[in-house]
Amino acid sequence: MSTVHTDIVTPAGKVYEGDVHMVCVRSKSGELGILPHHLPIVAPLEIALVRLKHEDEKIVDYVAVHGGFIQVSRSTITILSEAAEKRADIDVERAKKAKAEAEVQLSTLHETSDGYAEALLKLERSELRIATAAIDDSVPEA
Amino acid sequence: MPSMRDIKEKIASTKQMRKITKAMQMVAAAKLNRAQATAENYSAYADKLREVVASIASTSSTGSSSKHPMLATRPVKKTAYLVVTENRGLAGAYDSTVLKYTQNLIQEKHASKDQYVIIVTGKVGLNFFEKRGYPVTLSKTDIPDDLSFDDVLDFAKQILALFDTKKFDELHLIYNHFVNAISQTLVDKQLLPLKDLESESAAKVNYVYEPDEDEVLETLLPLYAEGQIYGALLDAKAAEQAARMSAMRSASDNASDIIDHLSLSYNRARQAAITQEITEIVGGAAALE
Repeated sequence: MSTVHTDIVTPAGKVYEGDVHMVCVRSKSGELGILPHHLPIVAPLEIALVRLKHEDEKIVDYVAVHGGFIQVSRSTITILSEAAEKRADIDVERAKKAKAEAEVQLSTLHETSDGYAEALLKLERSELRIATAAIDDSVPEA
Repeated sequence: MPSMRDIKEKIASTKQMRKITKAMQMVAAAKLNRAQATAENYSAYADKLREVVASIASTSSTGSSSKHPMLATRPVKKTAYLVVTENRGLAGAYDSTVLKYTQNLIQEKHASKDQYVIIVTGKVGLNFFEKRGYPVTLSKTDIPDDLSFDDVLDFAKQILALFDTKKFDELHLIYNHFVNAISQTLVDKQLLPLKDLESESAAKVNYVYEPDEDEVLETLLPLYAEGQIYGALLDAKAAEQAARMSAMRSASDNASDIIDHLSLSYNRARQAAITQEITEIVGGAAALE
């Protein structure tokens, strides 16, 4: 099996770097699974989990990516985003707090008022963080 | 002629001052290191982003009708200037170069206050413009020394929203660019509408855009513009720390000079006093004979 070099880059630096066999992302137009030698493509991403499968299928890295986009070129895959965290780096307590805050904000705001969209984004992000942190890493024996 | 005691007090207070400026110099040096590290991290992201934007811009300029508002040049009725200054002063000519330049630029280019708006970061700049009655639409004075993208994101979004709603048609960034630890240069560059995106990068890849070009530009360009604003602020922050460091270094040097000078006059005064005493004694003895 072949691999492709993948970077996840944010303004705060490189979050992830490694050679992987498959990158699964959720783009605005749907789920994408990208294998090595994929056609060059650029697609905007949802706030969602990115799965990076290594050569031996058992190792999968999970990264919470908050929007941005994926760029696939001939030899590398780059995910650019304003924020991204590896599963191990997620601060669950903080995410839970943020989620609670966002929920309070949402309940007091009307859909049309300022800040509603932001609160919704905040909720989405915190939920993603919590979901990512909760993933069970053990791979079932096939 | 100041008395010996006066001079002694002056020396002591100058020494105190030198201690403070030395400490500030060291703090600025440490912060400069950190700012440089952050800027380095960011540049990896900026380069990548620029590469993608450039590749899209180069393909879309050939024929495609897609014109994102951030790329389209519209008749300029109002120009916005984003002026980056800092909060504390004590950084030499750091703020005054930026502010003077802006003032001259506005005087040259604009006849009335309806033609431009000012967006300013830092208390020094805000005070300057408000005192002189410039139209400040947006300001941010709580930029921390240890700048992260999240700190800037809201501010950048606000700026882009103002552009989107046609509150202004052009955005210029004016800030001090960090060259190295002892020099900063003034930069004035146009950010919006985005231009000069076609980079010199030779390797051209024809990307497929999913779902389509416009959709990609829709997320990409704001990200790029926000990134540019963040990059400018980071750059200015590094320049600020460097300017403060050299300002504090010359302040310490000056303090040392003053102390040397004062010590000399102190010693002179001391000798004069001794000489006088001896003359008095000799004079007194002579009178007794």
